[in-house]
Amino acid sequence: MAGTTTTPPAAPGAPSAPSGAVSKTNRIGLAVLDYKGLKTTLCAGCGHNAISERILDAMFEMGVPPERVAKFSGIGCSSKSPAYFMSRSHSFNAVHGRMPSVATGAILANHGLVALGVSGDGDTASIGIGQFVHLMRRNLPMLYVIEDNGVYGLTKGQFSATADVGSKLKTGVVNELPPIDTCALAVQLGATFVGRSFSGDKKQLSAMLKAAIAHRGTAMLDVISPCVTFNDHEGSTKSYGYMKDHDEPLHEVSFIPAFEEIAVEYDPGTTVDVRMHDGSHMRLRKLEESYDPTDKVEALHRLAGAHAKGEMLTGVFYVNPTAPTFLDLLDLGERPLATLPEEAVRPSREVLRRIMDEHL
Amino acid sequence: MATTEADVRKELAGKMEPRAEPRKPVVNDFSIQVATANGSGSQSSNTVLLRALFQMGVPVSGKNLFPSNIAGLPTWYTIRASKDGYLARKKEIDVLVAMNPETAREDVMGLPAGSAVVFDEPLGVGALRDDLVCYAVPFEKLVSPITSDAKLRRLLKNMAYVGVLARLLDIDMAEVEGAIGKQFPGKAKAAGLNLAAARAGFDHAAKALPKRDPFAVRRMDATAGKIIIDGNSAAALGAMFGGATVVTWYPITPSSSLVESLIGYMKRHRVGPDGKATFAIVQAEDELAAIGMVIGAGWAGARAMTATSGPGISLMAEFAGLAYFAEVPAVVWNVQRVGPSTGLPTRTAQGDVLSTATLSHGDTRHVLLFPSSVAECFSMGVEAFDLAEELQTPVFVMSDLDLGMNNWMSEPFAYPEAPIRRGKVLSREDLDRLGGFARYADVDGDGVGWRTLPGTDHPAAAYFTRGTGHDEQAVYSERADVFERNMARLARKLDGARARVPRPEVQGSGTAEVGIVAYGTTHWAVVESRDQLSREHGIETGYLRVRGYPFPAEVQEFVKRHERVYVVEQNRDGQMAQLLKLDLAEPLVARLRSVCHIHGLPVDARSITDEIAEREDR
Repeated sequence: MAGTTTTPPAAPGAPSAPSGAVSKTNRIGLAVLDYKGLKTTLCAGCGHNAISERILDAMFEMGVPPERVAKFSGIGCSSKSPAYFMSRSHSFNAVHGRMPSVATGAILANHGLVALGVSGDGDTASIGIGQFVHLMRRNLPMLYVIEDNGVYGLTKGQFSATADVGSKLKTGVVNELPPIDTCALAVQLGATFVGRSFSGDKKQLSAMLKAAIAHRGTAMLDVISPCVTFNDHEGSTKSYGYMKDHDEPLHEVSFIPAFEEIAVEYDPGTTVDVRMHDGSHMRLRKLEESYDPTDKVEALHRLAGAHAKGEMLTGVFYVNPTAPTFLDLLDLGERPLATLPEEAVRPSREVLRRIMDEHL
Repeated sequence: MATTEADVRKELAGKMEPRAEPRKPVVNDFSIQVATANGSGSQSSNTVLLRALFQMGVPVSGKNLFPSNIAGLPTWYTIRASKDGYLARKKEIDVLVAMNPETAREDVMGLPAGSAVVFDEPLGVGALRDDLVCYAVPFEKLVSPITSDAKLRRLLKNMAYVGVLARLLDIDMAEVEGAIGKQFPGKAKAAGLNLAAARAGFDHAAKALPKRDPFAVRRMDATAGKIIIDGNSAAALGAMFGGATVVTWYPITPSSSLVESLIGYMKRHRVGPDGKATFAIVQAEDELAAIGMVIGAGWAGARAMTATSGPGISLMAEFAGLAYFAEVPAVVWNVQRVGPSTGLPTRTAQGDVLSTATLSHGDTRHVLLFPSSVAECFSMGVEAFDLAEELQTPVFVMSDLDLGMNNWMSEPFAYPEAPIRRGKVLSREDLDRLGGFARYADVDGDGVGWRTLPGTDHPAAAYFTRGTGHDEQAVYSERADVFERNMARLARKLDGARARVPRPEVQGSGTAEVGIVAYGTTHWAVVESRDQLSREHGIETGYLRVRGYPFPAEVQEFVKRHERVYVVEQNRDGQMAQLLKLDLAEPLVARLRSVCHIHGLPVDARSITDEIAEREDR
């Protein structure tokens, strides 16, 4: 637990404004209120509410215009949450487990959008594993957040595919199948920014979200987000209590956006500095010897080791800020496909005549 | 096989004329069936044959009956030459080319008397029947001087039968030569070898096969200015000229070639002067993702489409309901094949009509278009996008394997004159003027709300798209009155589509008692069947060809004008008839009679004529 700051579970109710920022405006002149959403209908104390707040803060602090953001979600408690922040952003609450394809289509139509997907462990690792796998593979520019509590909330507390072996439901049912590690999977499949955090760790989650927003490519964050109603008891491995005892940060994550001066120098011996695509910097102050976040093999090795030891490893496991994205492969122009004028998308009369001649 | 040769002979003997007498020539009115093994290069030979006839001005159609297999299983290709311009499959085979040892015997035994058979000599089928005109051809011997490569010889044998037929049927070898050149563009060596094989066949026939059958080709002038193209390529062209920008797909026969053609066309014609693509084509991981991407793209303002077939359509059901309920434009080509389940994956049907019309759970209803021709694959390929965006709903274009994968003669396609219609989309300036908007409010009284595209730079532009119950502001609602109102508006919107989908084509004097309703590729058999009914049975018919659903008012009016209406289609359960029954005024329902064919082969006129004549008691 050394070197990390863990905040208590989020207060019930709507996401609150970041402390001290209420009257301030961000670099594009918007107030925090411009990023707010509807009142949450999730349970008081739900980790998802804290994540909504962190996303709201990160978007505000990064000065992302809300109109440029497109929110996507599937079905489940997590997938309801996009309604609870950033009402000035378009949002698409799709079908269960299949948000990645909807997001993919929207990004292809308009690559100027800042795409944010919010999913859950069931929506991603159970019903949605197929689309998740292929989203990671395509490295489409998108931030994909899993609000991971290991259970289905809306259907009242069944296990999902991220539940740990031996984890126990309130009803006494014990999970006997091994969990899917969405982070290990994402690293292996081709996501270019992969990390795990905890809804209760405000500082780490905020820094990771901001770095993920600055990333160009698929950023996948698995955020442990305890379910206070169905999975926060003794015997759960996704409870606040369990996370307090087992959260094992790899490093301290900090983020310096491109629009801010770098005020603090870093010691290359103890800190890895990652220059992101937009010129911002993510700094990972090592808590472990020689962890290299650009090494896929090391990421997988370390994740497997953590599982074996029963640690809940958090931090940025893997990052590659320069890998080509799916959009690069498609070789699209600057102007979004969605708004191309007729003359760009309907070839001329002469083209049709020539094609017809070929078939004479 | 349980049936012995003797049984078959006995059965045939009752039906057929005695031993073939010299008959008067049958000119430009016969069908050729070529039986080969899949993967033996026969597709090229058959296309050359088809094209040579076409270039002689004779109306032709070609139908490929192929197995779900890469190589080895039997395949048949039927070419019909018809001076009257009938393009449907002809039930009777007039000329058989038997190249496949596996099927030769059965193919020969199934022929009507008087047919001609060209067969590979070692198959020895010449003595099976004495009521056929048989020509044994030593194909291996003919092509062996051309190449020592055994693999190549197998392919060239198939080009040699083209030469044999050219001689027997009097097809101009210059046209065969031209067609070979067209078949192997830029491949001089391949073209040379194939031409040599065709010539070897021709010369052999000239020398060794005196003409004994009545079938002959004479030049006509019925194909001048016409094109030959398959429906999937035509659909791809429609998509390209319709302004498609996001195309997703998962390979499935018989729709794959639609997107594969489109990829080719788009690379050639839709890359901007800056070298950048004005399209994105994505091979998705499955049909669920393919339709999901289309819906995401359509929501964000792209003209988005996918193409699939039966099993793929079933997988798209959940998303189809989302697009209907959240009101997102999407274009889906359903190139139908035979179901249920995997069914006959390489054979044709019209079996998805009912399930696609209501695809998804709850009260879901969709707009369907029914192209009959390659020209309509093109025009509806364009129109589908306009309809989807104007109605903000998925539009399904119901093609089929026969239309999509076979070559059809057509007038060249007309350039789309009308500008692209993008429907009700509010811009930033509109929002400045209006101050805000309600996504699902019926401000124009047609059930279609105004939408904004994500990324529109205005604080009031955003709305929350969802498949859950929602009010006019797109906010989650479980209120009974809100839900009812929304569903009533959606019904109104779909009802309004009657006036927007393509109008039916109506033929006939208007005085006939008997009406026929058909759609899609069944049209071609019905055209011919109406002539047969009139000529052979004195039954005059009115005809309505459905081109769009929900049905325009003309459909009900047509049924009103006819005492008995035969709905002809290629499925078992009379799916279009059922859809009509849901729509027609009750007294009219009893007028409908289903004529159904489901065997995987394109329906033929004779079968329709026989059934209607019998039911009309003539």
